[in-house]
Amino acid sequence: MNELRELSAGELAGLVAAGEISAREVVEDALSSIAARDGLLGAFLRVDREGALAAAAAVDEKMAAGEDVGPLAGVPVGLKDNLCVRGREITCGSRILAGHRAPYDAAVVERLRRAGAVPLGQLNMDEFAMGSSNENSGYGPVRNPWDPARVPGGSSGGAAAAVAARECPVSLGSDTGGSIRQPASLCGVVGLKPTYGRVSRYGLIAYASSLDQIGPFARTVEDAALVLEAIAGHDPRDSTSAPVEVPSYVDLLDRPPSLARLGVPRQCFAEGMEPEVEKAFRAALEVYRKEGIDVVEIDLPRIPYSVACYYILSTAEASSNLARFDGVQYGLRVGQEEGMLEMYRRTRQEGFGEEVKRRIMLGTYVLSSGYYEAYYARAQRVRRLIKQDFDEAFSRCEFVLMPTAPSTAFPLGEKTADPLQMYLSDIFTIGVNLAGLPAVSVPCGFSADGLPVGMQVIAPPFQEAGMLRAAKAFQDQTDFHCRRPEADRDVSPPAGKRGEQAG
Amino acid sequence: MSKWETVIGLEVHVQLGTRSKIFCRCPVEWGGDPNTRVCPVCLGLPGVLPVLNRRAVELGVKAGLALNCEIARFSKFDRKNYYYPDLPKAYQVSQYDCPLNGPGWLEIPNGGETKRIGITRAHLEEDAGKLVHFSSAKASGVDYNRTGVPLLEIVSEPDLRSPAEAGTYLRTLRTVMRYVEVSECDMEKGSFRCDANISLRPAGSTRLGTKVEIKNLNSFKGVEKALEYEEIRQRRILEKGGELVQETRLFDADAGTTHSMRTKEEAQDYRYFPDPDLVPVVLEEEWIEDIRRSLPELPATRAARFVRDYGLPEYDAGVLTSEKPLADYYEAVAAAADPKLASNWVMVELQGRLKEAGKDIGSSPVSPENLAELLNLIQEGTISGKIAKTVFVEMFEKGRAAGTIVEEEGLRQISDTDELTAVVEAVIAANPGPVEDLHGGKKKAIGFLVGQVMKETRGQANPREVNRIIARCLGLK
Repeated sequence: MNELRELSAGELAGLVAAGEISAREVVEDALSSIAARDGLLGAFLRVDREGALAAAAAVDEKMAAGEDVGPLAGVPVGLKDNLCVRGREITCGSRILAGHRAPYDAAVVERLRRAGAVPLGQLNMDEFAMGSSNENSGYGPVRNPWDPARVPGGSSGGAAAAVAARECPVSLGSDTGGSIRQPASLCGVVGLKPTYGRVSRYGLIAYASSLDQIGPFARTVEDAALVLEAIAGHDPRDSTSAPVEVPSYVDLLDRPPSLARLGVPRQCFAEGMEPEVEKAFRAALEVYRKEGIDVVEIDLPRIPYSVACYYILSTAEASSNLARFDGVQYGLRVGQEEGMLEMYRRTRQEGFGEEVKRRIMLGTYVLSSGYYEAYYARAQRVRRLIKQDFDEAFSRCEFVLMPTAPSTAFPLGEKTADPLQMYLSDIFTIGVNLAGLPAVSVPCGFSADGLPVGMQVIAPPFQEAGMLRAAKAFQDQTDFHCRRPEADRDVSPPAGKRGEQAG
Repeated sequence: MSKWETVIGLEVHVQLGTRSKIFCRCPVEWGGDPNTRVCPVCLGLPGVLPVLNRRAVELGVKAGLALNCEIARFSKFDRKNYYYPDLPKAYQVSQYDCPLNGPGWLEIPNGGETKRIGITRAHLEEDAGKLVHFSSAKASGVDYNRTGVPLLEIVSEPDLRSPAEAGTYLRTLRTVMRYVEVSECDMEKGSFRCDANISLRPAGSTRLGTKVEIKNLNSFKGVEKALEYEEIRQRRILEKGGELVQETRLFDADAGTTHSMRTKEEAQDYRYFPDPDLVPVVLEEEWIEDIRRSLPELPATRAARFVRDYGLPEYDAGVLTSEKPLADYYEAVAAAADPKLASNWVMVELQGRLKEAGKDIGSSPVSPENLAELLNLIQEGTISGKIAKTVFVEMFEKGRAAGTIVEEEGLRQISDTDELTAVVEAVIAANPGPVEDLHGGKKKAIGFLVGQVMKETRGQANPREVNRIIARCLGLK
């Protein structure tokens, strides 16, 4: 039984569909893996044991009845705590939403269920997806499976750590400025951010609506393709979801890669990355070259402005998106006996963490009368220029390669006192969100001290199939994705057991 | 002449007559138990997204066309951010710098002439909920049934010059909106709401004075009263050499006064920005043309046509075209009967009966075809106008056709000369007194004799014939 957790989602679904193992066995193995390891890691905020076993039983019943069980039959999927599951508590990693239960399933959860997958529980995250280390969670940090003294990245830290630690084969996160790719890079797993509009945002608690996109974490490119295929597609409930046909990403993976030319932006070397990251990235480029693929230098001249542009636009949207957490309808309410204004003030003061407050204030400021033109409107123009940079780049190459993060996983607490330093963790990922492009981060090497390094493949809009093929071409020539973190061995939880909580 | 000129502009919120809300599928209906017409989307629960109701856009365009507005081929939605418990997302989805309808105008009657009032814009937005205050407890509740109901905010230019003119504008606007079936415009149900901006300036000046916005105007009368009060209040301040404060004032309908709610300094910064959850509205020419073609003839045009084609007085044409169903009814009658007779009967008999019965034209028990039949019976001399009124009551109450009633109850007018001559001769024989009077030159006495004949014939005699026969029998000229 113990080896089940080593299998990929595709393998597990295949075994379940063939009747060789039951969905119940798969889910029970995931639950025992979480019980054994998550006390240390803190990846899960809530494990839905009952719901998961019931969903597994439903798959097994379908099997017994000879019905189609779907491409993700019995596959346990961890969900970032900003994806709604009907009847389950959802907090976005924030104290302000403690106790709030979602009355409906997010579109991606519906689609996962339809594909036979089993929602396993809610994964820890930076509060309202704001952060790059998962240290902004209102419920404690997540530890990196490769070194528990280090961060897993963020904001989808729990989703990355859980997959790296074999607590579940795949998970879903959300990516607004790198929140899937950066933790994937720091945890040595595959993390995919789809084209804006590829996956419905219905049921994703918004951070910055024009940038947010849901995507999978997996240990292989194949599994990322499998999950993307299940969750992608137009949804009439999301006006920004694109009516673009979803190809079979899984089938298209097997087509011979028609890769001819990859581009590497000049700017990424100028932006300052750790030598170990640069070394791994340059070595990765050689892997492609050896396969006879041209790797050319390209120019993304406006990329250096992406962080500034992002922190204006994302915070502006967030200041409005998070205004509804006011203590009136749901979640935390403090100070109602002191009147309406005092209730608003105290609820938000006590419910939100420091980083969230910082971004709400920044966003409120840039939208203020008299400042709108100087900040918000100008940032919108910069955003268009960054998109143009990518458009031009794609006329010179098929895909763009970049390191995913400028550093490997850093120690817990190292950057918490310096928000600007923390913001720079997303220097390579933010441009992709501003341009609405798809990108996938794959493990591309290890530092001397054994920490994973990630590389992202960036594609033109809706070219996920080709992007996945390019990523797989790299994976096929390397074994970085096969390495297992230290924490993947069972460890007993330190003092203050977390792990499984009633949800 | 007053040395001050009054300048008024109105902001009217018209509730669009869609079946469902503007961004979700919840039904739009008035009243109902609190929070029974809500869903996660209109409640603004975490994770939900809005989807624009196509019908709301269609009605918005229809209203825009009726107001001669430039229809924007590209418009978008913006968020108006502010905190209030009746606003579940803490922002209202509205349209800021790219409204659905650009500049237009509305013509209002102005002492026999018309005056053109400029429309600045008309944009779509969502309604908020309602606070419910419990007098017993120290608490308030929120009813979100109204949250997300589609509204069209119609902003006029400061072209109105008196409270009465403002009232006329509102009534005309309401008529047009009802006419094109965009909204019921029921002020009592809140589907037609108005805020007013008013300022005064020295007569002859072209610069606008400091304006005051008045809220809480719940009736046409209220709008006029509030503006009249404000006109006097402002004039008094200005005449004393004082300065006005730009502010928002609330109207107290009971007291007939206004009082300050907040000044400009206290005004909120709404931090408008484009709503990233909605995509811009891009309209195709063909769709706009389809809507244009679906527009009915507007009341002013129709009234002019009634005067021209049916020979009606302007007043009658105005009354008959004030509501589309009434005008439609009238035209259906006029198509099959004498238009002038039709006008009188629709305006007086039918409207009177309907009012008495508490019904509207749409639920009239007498169809236009039946009314036309009745009018034709009068016209042909089959029944008298007097009998017709009796027949009409029967038609209205029992829903029967005019012809059937006349036949079954033997109400046919007697025009047969022989038959009438016999009755006349009998009446003359029985009333020597009045006959004497008549011969003696008291011409009025003929009325008595005619009355007697009518009585003998149970009102069925043709009065004109009776007059003629009496005159002949008595050898009168």
